[in-house]
Amino acid sequence: MFSDYSLAELSSIFLMQGFAGLILFSVFVLMALGLAIIFGQMGVINMAHGEFMILGAYVTYFTSQFFLNHLPSLFGIYFFVAMILAFLASGALGMATEWLMIRHLYKRPLDTLLATWGLSLILQQVYRSVFGPREVGVELPGWMMGSLPVTDVVEVQINGLFVMGLTIAITVAVALLMYRSSWGKQVRAVVQNRVMAGAVGINTEKVDRYTFGLGCGIAGVAGSAFTMIGSTGPTSGQLYIVDTFLVVVFGGAQSLLGTIASAFTISQAQSTLEFFLSGSMAKVLTLIGVVVILMLRPQGLFVIKVRR
Amino acid sequence: MTTQAPTSGRSFFLRPQDMIGIALLALLLLVVLPLALDNFRLQFVGKYLTYAFVALGLVLCWGYAGILSLGQGVFFGLGGYCMAMYLKLEASSVENTRIQSTPGIPDFMDWNQITALPWFWEPFRHFGFTTLAVVAVPALFALILGFALFKRRVGGVYFAIITQALAAIMTILIVGQQGYTGGINGITDLRTLHGWDIRTDGAKTVLYFVCVGLLLACILLAYYVKSSKLGRLLVAMRDKEDRVRFSGYDVSSFKVFVFCLSAALSGIGGAMFTLQVGFMSPSFVGIVPSIEMVIYTAVGGRLSILGAIYGTLLVNWAKTSFSESFPELWLLGLGGLFIAVVLAFPNGIAGLWQVHVAPRLGPLFGGPARRAASPAVAEPLPVATPAVAE
Repeated sequence: MFSDYSLAELSSIFLMQGFAGLILFSVFVLMALGLAIIFGQMGVINMAHGEFMILGAYVTYFTSQFFLNHLPSLFGIYFFVAMILAFLASGALGMATEWLMIRHLYKRPLDTLLATWGLSLILQQVYRSVFGPREVGVELPGWMMGSLPVTDVVEVQINGLFVMGLTIAITVAVALLMYRSSWGKQVRAVVQNRVMAGAVGINTEKVDRYTFGLGCGIAGVAGSAFTMIGSTGPTSGQLYIVDTFLVVVFGGAQSLLGTIASAFTISQAQSTLEFFLSGSMAKVLTLIGVVVILMLRPQGLFVIKVRR
Repeated sequence: MTTQAPTSGRSFFLRPQDMIGIALLALLLLVVLPLALDNFRLQFVGKYLTYAFVALGLVLCWGYAGILSLGQGVFFGLGGYCMAMYLKLEASSVENTRIQSTPGIPDFMDWNQITALPWFWEPFRHFGFTTLAVVAVPALFALILGFALFKRRVGGVYFAIITQALAAIMTILIVGQQGYTGGINGITDLRTLHGWDIRTDGAKTVLYFVCVGLLLACILLAYYVKSSKLGRLLVAMRDKEDRVRFSGYDVSSFKVFVFCLSAALSGIGGAMFTLQVGFMSPSFVGIVPSIEMVIYTAVGGRLSILGAIYGTLLVNWAKTSFSESFPELWLLGLGGLFIAVVLAFPNGIAGLWQVHVAPRLGPLFGGPARRAASPAVAEPLPVATPAVAE
């Protein structure tokens, strides 16, 4: 498959596809971060994660419409407002879900899967009824359009770069929150030993609710970022949910570093293969590769040893 | 789950109330529904019953052994595609396909510029091979998967996610390889089985009865597995896996077996689906149908073999009538059903029946054995009333 291209062409193909892979990587990381917190830390399988993301995307869309119609002078910065609103909306919905549904199911992880799948069906239908079945896209502010030439054949899009920068910032923020703040310490304590954490005075129910809310909020931000590179429809979230779960499982469910590494591997493999094979075969091969590796190493790439 | 004490020395695998339950189901499916419904509606019931095979497999696999597979649609599809390939080859004889540039191969291959029949289609010219493949291909696939996963002690949530990924892979593969599989449209325009036209109303009625017969046979098989030592081991494994392992049993082999069995049952369902509906497409393979099949089982009661059949019929009937009149509401209803089943009644209809209805009926309908048991029975029955697990 390489013989038709010269060496210089190959290297620029790999660069371009690598960059496309980096954008995919950003989406995976943003979605997987929320999921890694919910699934990895709490053991809850949230199949409605994609729908929380899409809520963030819709919030971003409506914020952009609002700025376009009422505050056109500030349109350049609408995205930052939208991101905060998306975080709050998805986070609030997540906390409500935790309170109404998830907290009754902590002892039955497989049942959380079915219940959240039901939630995702309901949310999809609600989006379809409220926002309409058509896909919507936001208008990018002027400074985000266009692309930067790197060499004469390789160009990178500014919105892609922006999403990547955002991903790095959010990842760092989450890492700081989980590993450097006292709240993160409480979360990790509850995960490792719920009874003991309760005994030393941590309000485990509250920690659970806020952890779930945080995970969903990050999904909302992911949705926000997603609008920069794609359009949003009621069922867009479902397209990514399986990939995201694989990313989290492949990375080792409790390790943030593992999640990032596996998101990188999967997205790069997929986008590089995509150039040489058809898109569907690239995806099939990537997924099969991941499944085979998971068969050989079921605990994922990175494991934290926890005494149970 | 009903922990009926191993009563007396009888080794027959059906308890009297099971026999009555099966007889009632047979009466409903073989006599009542064919008399009460017109041909059009009866074909719908026939279609629903093909999903009941999958639900039956899930009761064994998920309810009893605790292995939640979200990829049952893959096995349903494999069985269905095996049958569809045979029927398609019969439909694309050289005379029927004279106008194609390569006569004698299925039409979608011709559209995709494929000039010779691919090797893996070749054996499907024989009916014997096809019948075998309907059961063997899904079971073999499950065997490989089960060996790879269970031997390495992948279970629970991880197993569910991996099987779900497989359902996704399978759909993408079928849609992507249009020339070999018919792509997104699936394999359509199936006509005859051994020269017997399966599209007529008469043929569909016959196929309905064949389907019911097979289903009843599979129900008996499921009861046999459930009441055998294997069935008890599966339950023990689900509740305390390590304890069974430390007792010297090879846990993973039992899991592989029950997973293969459920895959084979799904395959039979898929083949019957193809025969009755007349086509097979990737929309019955992917994540959404697979998870819908789980909900049939959950609604019926994941621990009840007969409950799963009724659950399948009920959910599908609701789906058809809701999406006929209020298509908007159906997804909301289905989603609500998922949440309600999980939160409010985790043992489904069967659980409700056992808690609220059965105690008012005699022991023959699963009620308490107290009234019927003669005082002479000295053997203590630890749990006389069917208790509902969890």
